Amino acid sequence: MEFRIERRSGVPTYLQIVAQTKQALRLGALQPGDRLPTAKDVVSRTAVNPNTVLKAYRELEREGLVEPRPGLGTFVLRSLARPGSEVDAQLRTDLEQWMRRATAAGLEHEDIDALVADVRDRHFRRDGRDG
Amino acid sequence: MGEGVVLRFDGVGKRFRRRWALRDCALELPRGRIAALVGPNGAGKTTAFMLASGLMRPTSGRVDVLGVDPGRSGMAAGASFVAQDKPLYRALRVDEMLRAGAVLNARGRWDTPYVLRLVDEAGVGLGERVGELSPGQRARVALALALGRRPDLLLLDEPLAELDPLARKQVMATLLAEAAETGTTVLLSSHVIADLEDSCDYLVLLRDGRVRLCGEVEELLAAHRHLTGPADSAADPGAGHVVHRSTVGRQTTALIRDTEVPPGFRAVTPTLDDLVLGYLQQEPAPTSTGSAA
Repeated sequence: MEFRIERRSGVPTYLQIVAQTKQALRLGALQPGDRLPTAKDVVSRTAVNPNTVLKAYRELEREGLVEPRPGLGTFVLRSLARPGSEVDAQLRTDLEQWMRRATAAGLEHEDIDALVADVRDRHFRRDGRDG
Repeated sequence: MGEGVVLRFDGVGKRFRRRWALRDCALELPRGRIAALVGPNGAGKTTAFMLASGLMRPTSGRVDVLGVDPGRSGMAAGASFVAQDKPLYRALRVDEMLRAGAVLNARGRWDTPYVLRLVDEAGVGLGERVGELSPGQRARVALALALGRRPDLLLLDEPLAELDPLARKQVMATLLAEAAETGTTVLLSSHVIADLEDSCDYLVLLRDGRVRLCGEVEELLAAHRHLTGPADSAADPGAGHVVHRSTVGRQTTALIRDTEVPPGFRAVTPTLDDLVLGYLQQEPAPTSTGSAA
């Protein structure tokens, strides 16, 4: 996998690496047993400080997602892909219908993002959970 | 490799005729860091490299590099230095340049296969003339030669100057990848902060020959706040801890250190850019620890 670092995003670089790894775990692009790219691999593609990569990997390790094996690399322990794929498929269909209505109503990319983010945040706040 | 300090300046001053290029400089560079030495032109960056590599001796104070005083015994065997103009013999072919490196470092731990790999990865042919390489290729040959000594400490004076954006990224990526593998400590100077953000984890900021900031980038950023607020606010953004403040129209921005955020101001963690620019614009430039003029 390859990380894409956005320098001006305001999100700390190590958190970008953590988030992108989790995204790959969610989508199944990374599976248990897969090896994460070495710090050297990541650094030679992104020019990010090697300690930043290691910090991200330590965070993933702390969350129980990966495990370092000395001399071999860092390996994925568990996936974040959820099993309920039928439920997911129905939700996706619903969302696609909603998205068609939103674009038909003239909403732009950013309008949709803002709306979705707002509803999501209100929902999670009401449930007393944190996102 | 454990922690430890690979480079230390203790009260270091360097005077050229009547002008002090460096004054009362104290800094420490822990092992394994990728450190940025920043400051405006004339701040003393190159002088600091000259002292660390033993090409000059300090007028006052002590320099320690990997346990030796380079001003007396020459550059530490475990150190490697690339000067700003990347001094390569332009008339030589690349293979001749590499052989010169091998001969000049015959008594050290010169690693020919490693240098050949780095040159190959840079896409440079051994038969090419040094003078005909692109600036980016020349920078990578210079870096390969410096790394060929298998240094514990790599000193690079403006390694990215005069390179285009792609070459800058390639040189930095090569440097960091090799540092990741070998654990080499790096001290590099630059006045383009954008090149350093995300790449360097340690910062030494020089201004007017003095060390204004020295430490882990993460800790330095966490100790500061970048404030935005109304210019007419009665609230004083932390008097005494303001590094720099500027007011444009109705808005005041300020960089503050170790202090509470005043009411009415929005505070964010500064970027490396904010931090460096704040200290470079600080007025009046404070005179540091009790040095008699």
